[in-house]
Amino acid sequence: MSFRSNESLLAGTTRILYKMCLAVPAKVIEKVGNMAKVDFGDNTLREVDVSLVDVSIGQYVLVHAGYAIQVLNEDEALKTIELLSEMLSE
Amino acid sequence: MSFLKEFKNRELVEALVRKIKNIHLKKPIKICHVCGTHEWTIVHYGLRTLLPDNIELIAGPGCPVCITPALDIDQAAELALEGKTVAVFGDVSRSIGVKHSLEAVRSEGGDVKIVYSILDALRMAESDQNREVVFFAVGFETTAPATALHILRTPPKNFSILSSHRYVPPAVIALYSRGKLEMDGVIAPGHATTISGLKAYEPLAKEYGIPVVASGFEPVDVLMSIFMLVKQISEGRAEVLNQYSRSVTWEGNVRAMQTINHVFKLTDAHWRGIGTIESSGFILKEEFKDYDAKYKYGLKDVDYANEMHAGCRCAEIMLGRIKPTQCPLYMKVCKPNKPIGPCMVSIEGTCRIWATHMVPS
Ligand code: SF4
Repeated sequence: MSFRSNESLLAGTTRILYKMCLAVPAKVIEKVGNMAKVDFGDNTLREVDVSLVDVSIGQYVLVHAGYAIQVLNEDEALKTIELLSEMLSE
Repeated sequence: MSFLKEFKNRELVEALVRKIKNIHLKKPIKICHVCGTHEWTIVHYGLRTLLPDNIELIAGPGCPVCITPALDIDQAAELALEGKTVAVFGDVSRSIGVKHSLEAVRSEGGDVKIVYSILDALRMAESDQNREVVFFAVGFETTAPATALHILRTPPKNFSILSSHRYVPPAVIALYSRGKLEMDGVIAPGHATTISGLKAYEPLAKEYGIPVVASGFEPVDVLMSIFMLVKQISEGRAEVLNQYSRSVTWEGNVRAMQTINHVFKLTDAHWRGIGTIESSGFILKEEFKDYDAKYKYGLKDVDYANEMHAGCRCAEIMLGRIKPTQCPLYMKVCKPNKPIGPCMVSIEGTCRIWATHMVPS
């Protein structure tokens, strides 16, 4: 089994961009009206529609079939890691 | 957010597995997930082999291409054969109905175009007003908001949709309550639940005593969710918990759900191989019916006596009753490059995921 433990959040996502069911995280680098330019991490830039979320430049969104469906919450991600370490130390 | 690499961390995986093994269970349990991407993570990282024998992970009906009725696929194919442009997601283009396969129709000259999003389909309609463009709208609540968004923006008259959009929570609840899907706990699909909100799964815990955990898609996410479920089961609790709080909230993406509800209404809908499930399908509301391809082109609904190909056991696979390796056709007659059933056609299908990971028959 291979665990790519030092892989960054975004690496390797482009190969799965066309999987319809999947949502992939990307960083918003530009925003004009309903559209934003996002970076999937390995210099794969795409235009996505951000009408369904309130997002600012620099935040991460989940992109599904060309639409941002959520703004990822960094604080919550950290809390999950904390919760996990609590669970493991119990 | 590079710290998210923690969610793939091997030590954390091992520690979680030890914690899960230490929980005392009175009897063997089944944990069900309803998302092709969860199945991918489970198979790709070999999570089933890490878990003790008394915890079985089953894959429920979590692949939107797999559950799209054969009738809808045939209707899309026939529209393409009649000269309409049928725009589909790449994964959908390989769908096989009873009478037609979209790929075959395409090679016969039917105009089946692969698109990345509904926007590409709209652009085709806008660029040539004489061309009738039909977007084959397949997908769960994750995909439906984008469709709804564009219907609200008044597309051109030569554009319509064939909606096979489905809503996951009522389907899981109905399948469990009817005894079709057997489980002791459920992993809620992280991305669909991002839209619907965790509250949509509350009846499972409250009325049926089934614990629910919304999960992310990395191996640590999935194992942490399994731990959160197994612990509840061992203690006789049934709560709705959120492991994927970086994306999922209790209310969900309210704007996306409102957009869906503006345009669509829920109707009893057919899930391929599984049957009709109450209030589980999105159809366009009356005021948008001119954009409904079924209405616009007078498509007739017919009942197929059997919408599965002879010998294909996808229906049982999608209800977690058998494993792909228990299908006699798996990897013998039915392979990724020559699929028989929808579960081998779609990249989110359980048979396909197992096959591409070389799980031997
Ligand atoms: S292996 Fe093929 S025929 Fe068998 S259940 Fe899966 S998709 Fe159907």
